[in-house]
This record gives sequence, structure tokens and C-alpha cells, in this order.
Amino acid sequence: MGMAAESQFHVLAVDDSLFDRKLIERLLQKSSCQVTTVDSGSKALEFLGLRQGIESNDPNALSTAPVNHQEVEVNLIITDYCMPGMTGFDLLKKVKESSAFKNIPVVIMSSENVPARISRCLEEGAEEFFLKPVRLADLNKLKPHMMKTKLKNQKLEEIEELSKDENGTVAAAAAVVPEIKGSTKAEIEVLPLQQDLLLVQQGDQTLSTNNKRKSMEEGISTDRPRPRFDGITTAV
Amino acid sequence: MLGLGVDRLQADINRLLASLFHQGVLDEHFLQLQQLQDETSPNFVYDVINIYFDESEKLLRNLRLLLMDREFSDYKKIGLHLNQLVGSSSSIGARRVRNVCVAFRSASELSNRPGCLRGLEVAEHEYHYLKNMMHELFQVLSFILLLHMRIKLGYGRQ
Repeated sequence: MGMAAESQFHVLAVDDSLFDRKLIERLLQKSSCQVTTVDSGSKALEFLGLRQGIESNDPNALSTAPVNHQEVEVNLIITDYCMPGMTGFDLLKKVKESSAFKNIPVVIMSSENVPARISRCLEEGAEEFFLKPVRLADLNKLKPHMMKTKLKNQKLEEIEELSKDENGTVAAAAAVVPEIKGSTKAEIEVLPLQQDLLLVQQGDQTLSTNNKRKSMEEGISTDRPRPRFDGITTAV
Repeated sequence: MLGLGVDRLQADINRLLASLFHQGVLDEHFLQLQQLQDETSPNFVYDVINIYFDESEKLLRNLRLLLMDREFSDYKKIGLHLNQLVGSSSSIGARRVRNVCVAFRSASELSNRPGCLRGLEVAEHEYHYLKNMMHELFQVLSFILLLHMRIKLGYGRQ
């Protein structure tokens, strides 16, 4: 039977730093995405169901190790560039080389503004390259990318459902997605207060409200069309 | 009576924050953190700041161990640690810590050992200053929370 349409996008976030994982997870949740975080490229591939040279959705593949054939629908992968072992760039390449997952949009994040690095990632197929700190406005750019794959997946599912009998070997996209729970609610309900508490008197000092992307300020230039920097910010 | 206490504490918080912004210790990214907190993640700011402190302390400790080693030569490793510090400090709005780490990183890129040692001292100093300020902030916050809770529970009227 066809699944009820999932209205949320599912993002796989990859970063070796706990701090960055916490932050990107919250940013994505705030953008109404379901998030799974992992701390390495290899764990990301495991999560996707990719093994070395063996893809779990290939019915003819031989796997000698017990493989969890749970397939999860991932609408976007966002990964740090600089990680020990498999870098974000390595992960990008592996994803794009995989026939099953090459259509998943990949976004790279980095705290370093290295134009050559940015070009390389975009050329390898990354949809966007974000400089840290990543902002909510940055994530809003991702919706169109995720929408594309989601619609495509839904269409594929419909086609598969029509052409499979009840004992079809193709697993429907898993409805169960590991959910990373946020912090438990504070026992004392003082939330509205917290919003007020951290007001800053803006009278006697000037806070920098420069929201321009750093790469714009530093004027990087690549030959490729760069990620769009339209001035539309929809910060919460 | 209690209400008056809360107002005073709230004024303290505002004053402390304003001062930190004025000194350039914090910048607008710190405010953006607040925007990420809501009912579904009510402790986000507190949690993420604590993770920042844990990780930064480890990084600074490693940097000190590396540089104190007489046979030290791995400037690349120093650079990697500093990238992490610069990144997380930026994200949390710890502007001064970020800036001193950037300077420190420049010294490491030039393999300048004395420069790195100086950079480390300055980074440690800025980091501890920030930590103490945050501590104070959270202390005042917890007083306010306590007072508010008591008000809610009806221990005193405003």
C-alpha cells in the first residue's frame, strides 16, 4: 500500500564536532526538518545503507556481513568539510558515485573560506557550500533542493507500487526514522520569561547587524555559478 | 516584593549582557542562539554553551600540551584545533575568543613558536574571561528562575 505522504524533509547531518552537530540539528529542526546526526562520513554511508562496493538495494549484491537493509529516505545530506578520516569531500564523492544515492542533494559546510575548496566541492556536485556559522536563512535555500528529490521519490514509489506484487522485494521507504530528541522539557515552565530575559539595551552601543555572508564580504570568486546570495533573508 | 527582586535581577542581566556586547566579548550570533530556543528545545542555549565550554577546554588543553612539548613541530595539528575553536566561537558569538584564535592561527601558519605560545596565553585568558561571565549570567538567570517559580507557586504577590 502507498505510504501517507511525509510532509517533513529528512536531513542527514554529518560533523565530527558535537558542538556543530547540536547546532545544525537545532537549526534544521527549526526549519521543520527531521534530523539524523552522525559523527563521521563512514557512519553516514552506513546509515544510508551503503557498504563498500555493495549497495543494499541491489537484489543481486552478495553481502557476506549481516546488513541492515533498512532503507531510509534522506532528502538532503549536510556535511562538514574538515573531518578526520573521510572528509566531507570524500563523502560527497562517494554519494555522487553511488547509483542509488547520487540524486540526494549534498551541502558542504566549512569554517574556512577557501575558494579553491569551494569550487572543487561545487564541481563535484555539491548543491551549496555554506560558511560557518550557518544561519537559518542559509537553510531556507535548501527547501527547493529537497523538494525535488522528495517529489521524485514519491513518483518512483508510486510506479513501484503499481508494478510490484505483494511479495515485492523492494522495501518501501522506511517510515521509522531515528529521531534525535531535543533536550527534555524543563520541569518548571518559565519559557516565556526566558524570551524576555536576554534583552539587550541597544541604546548605548551599536550591535553589528551585518548579516552579509562572509564569502561575499571577502569577495571570493569562482568560475562556476556560485550559490545564490539573494538578499532575501527569512530569519525567524 | 518578590516582583521587585526579579526586576532588579533582570536589569542586572541586561546590564551584564550590554557590557559584554560593548566590550566585544559577545556579538550578534549570541542573540541568534536565543532564537533557536523554544518550547520543543527549552534548554538549547544552556546545553550548547556547555558543550562549547567542554570542547573548547579540551582543545586549549591539547594545544598547551602540543606547544609545551620541546620536540613539537606539528603546526598542522595546531591549525586543525584552531579551526575548530574559531568555528565554534564564531557560532556561539564569542567574538573576542574567535579573534584571538584567528591571530593564534596565523602564527601557527608561519610556524612561529613564540607567536603561538603568546597566542595560546591570550586565547586561554579570553576564554576564561568569557566562561566567568557566562557563569555569572547563568547564576543571575537561575535566581530569576527561582523567584519566578516562587511567584508562580504563589509565595508572594507583586
